[in-house]
Amino acid sequence: MLNRRNFLAGTAAAGAAAIAALHLTPAFAQDTPQLQIFVPAAPGGGWDQTARAIDQVLRSEKLISGSQITNVGGAGGTVGLPQFVNQWKGKGNSLMVAGMVMVGAIIANKAANNLTEVTPIARLTGEFEALVVPAESPFKTATDFVAALKADPSKVPVAGGSAGGSDHILFGLIAKTAGVPAANLSYVPFAGGGEALSALLGNQVAAGISGYGEFSEQVKAGALRLLAISADKRQEGIDAPTLKEAGIDVELFNWRGVFAPPGISDDDKAAMIKLVETMAKSDAWATECKNRNWTPILLTGDDYAKFVTEDTARIGAILKDLGLA
Amino acid sequence: MDTLGHLAHGFAVAFTPTNLLWCLVGTTLGTAIGVLPGLGPALTIALLLPITYQVVPEASFILFAGIYYGAMYGGSTTSILLNTPGESATIVTALEGNRMARSGRGGAALATSAIGSFVAGTLGTMGVAFLAPTVVKYAIKFGPAEYFSLMVLAFITVSAVLGSSSVRGLTSLFAGFVIGMIGVDLQTGQPRFTFGTAELLDGVDVIIVAVGLFAVGETLYMASRRYAGKDEIVPLKGSLYMTAAEWARSWKPWLRGAAIGFPIGALPAGGAEIPTFLSYAVEKKLSKHKEEFGTVGAIEGVAGPEAANNASAAGVLVPMLTLGLPTSATAAIMLSAFQSYGINPGPLLLTTQANLVWGLIASLFIANIILVVLNLPLIGLWVRLLKIPAPQLYAGILVFATVGTYGISQSPIDLVILYLLGAAGFLMRRFDFPTAPVIIGMILGPLAETQFRRAMTIANGDWTVFYRHPLSLTLLALAFLGLVGPHIWAWIQQRRRRGPEHVPGDA
Repeated sequence: MLNRRNFLAGTAAAGAAAIAALHLTPAFAQDTPQLQIFVPAAPGGGWDQTARAIDQVLRSEKLISGSQITNVGGAGGTVGLPQFVNQWKGKGNSLMVAGMVMVGAIIANKAANNLTEVTPIARLTGEFEALVVPAESPFKTATDFVAALKADPSKVPVAGGSAGGSDHILFGLIAKTAGVPAANLSYVPFAGGGEALSALLGNQVAAGISGYGEFSEQVKAGALRLLAISADKRQEGIDAPTLKEAGIDVELFNWRGVFAPPGISDDDKAAMIKLVETMAKSDAWATECKNRNWTPILLTGDDYAKFVTEDTARIGAILKDLGLA
Repeated sequence: MDTLGHLAHGFAVAFTPTNLLWCLVGTTLGTAIGVLPGLGPALTIALLLPITYQVVPEASFILFAGIYYGAMYGGSTTSILLNTPGESATIVTALEGNRMARSGRGGAALATSAIGSFVAGTLGTMGVAFLAPTVVKYAIKFGPAEYFSLMVLAFITVSAVLGSSSVRGLTSLFAGFVIGMIGVDLQTGQPRFTFGTAELLDGVDVIIVAVGLFAVGETLYMASRRYAGKDEIVPLKGSLYMTAAEWARSWKPWLRGAAIGFPIGALPAGGAEIPTFLSYAVEKKLSKHKEEFGTVGAIEGVAGPEAANNASAAGVLVPMLTLGLPTSATAAIMLSAFQSYGINPGPLLLTTQANLVWGLIASLFIANIILVVLNLPLIGLWVRLLKIPAPQLYAGILVFATVGTYGISQSPIDLVILYLLGAAGFLMRRFDFPTAPVIIGMILGPLAETQFRRAMTIANGDWTVFYRHPLSLTLLALAFLGLVGPHIWAWIQQRRRRGPEHVPGDA
């Protein structure tokens, strides 16, 4: 139940929000550093939740004394990125949360800044995607779906998130592997997960692609049938093959990671990588990931930098096929 | 069905002293953020998400639900008094509410909106408790074709707010379309009308447009007229609250507003704005005091839309609690709060988390009572705002509008847009163009476009979807009836009287 201390913490947070203040946490240890986290999205979304989970775990593990989270939202992160590149330059105690969505947004919006200008620290989590169909659908397997797509892509409307987002990209990749021209696809973008879900439950589209977490409960309840997931291997507790097992050579994680600003010292970079690594290996982080359906896919430093470059090339190519870049 | 048993159990959960306190904190906070134009319930709940690390799920959802309902109450206060809508769902309230305030009936406008919110909020919450599974079955039958037909119906009915000159009204409506098109096109991912400005890629917030056109435009107009005439402060006329006649004129709009708001709110893409437009149009059509609309302010035009927005707020919870579908920004954030407890909201939520869900529903009833108790005495305080002399009052509105707009996304570009729209609002006022259709065009235009294109994509370019689907056909038939019905009716009346009679101002 609720105790007094918790209640006070709660009211303090309520007061803070009332004046639209930033989420400041009291310092309870002086020797640990203060962290600044930059979120190029509005409060509440995936990046913001990642930032708040990082803050929570780092504090509970006593790795930092506290952190300050700054939100600058808009346009898939391309409004915030220039600010992080220019105004946060050289700040060694800062991190920006970003991910695959930003890579796509930079390309599609022809943004002036890109992720080669910031310092890659670590890829932390990924959400694999799911290909689902309504329970009444004639498609029993991913193979059925691909066969129908090959026969006539215009007869297979697929619902997902906004055009050029991770869902659309995965659909493009699946079509590409199957030899179906991406330009012929019938993709029906929805702004939010809820709307796409209701189109599926109402049997208005042939299939849906989105993060597995969006569909998991409907799949468990039998309202949707899960055909395949985009993870690298089978997942515990999920009764569906990966796309690769189903004969579609595609793997995709909607990944999220952290970057430091440009122009930080090598010592700061190494210390930051170590801090994030320690956090990512903690039990508290594992619990956060499990609660939120995030798959931990830790990759740090230079390997991460290489991965970002490769993923940018892959996404750029498929967005071009889809006519978005 | 043991709904009542569940509900009784829910009240047991909600009636613990700590949970009541959370409800009080939530409703108070919600009222406060509803008053501020920039801060909405979605943003507030997002900022409060870290609280989920500290307290039990029941407590935080009761808090969040209080904020959600509270914001719907608070948003109307500034709409009525200052012509500065705090939430997009209370934009319509400003139309008649502010007129009433300026003719000395501000107290009555606030009272009818508070009591109407209570009535509709309670009816809506009862709908959530008793009808949710039935309603949701119909709600998910709504596909893009049905939504498009609903938009057509909305366009036909909202012609009521176009004003006396349809050319001017339509001009405003189309200006709204253009503003609504700004940003990345959802269907193709391409930017439209952004002129290379990254901040415009997400479009222009409807609150900024409403505040710019209504509040800033009005302030500039007042400033320009400052020395043209005598400054007058309208004294409060009659009783502070509602008179018997005003009660009599309010209760039917409350019930009609609730009946319009709840089902549309329950639609996955229904939203809170469309029911307020529809309710306004219906009340204007049915009112026996049409001459008061747009002049001294008609109480029906406040009572109906206010009831509609609160009922739709309850409706939004239907798909969220029964299917785990987040259909509004606030619902989506509440769902992410579920996840930080490791609860995955979905179709099984009602069975696996019965305590939580019924506790939440019970606390919504309590929140409604707290809100009406909280808001009625405040009316006396609020109306004193109107006793502030015009220069100070309007200067205050300007500060309030500016701070609130900056609060939406801390973007200086938003302020530029606000003042540009303010200048536009001034010119529109000066040359007698109605401003409300801009807002309506801005909300309905892009929605209609998106749903139309979705329907076309799914149907592979086949136009017949709009009349092959029975629900869609019904809506289109209603729209058609709305368009030609009044003319046929007038013609029949004319025939009956055996002679042509011109009824001025009758559509």
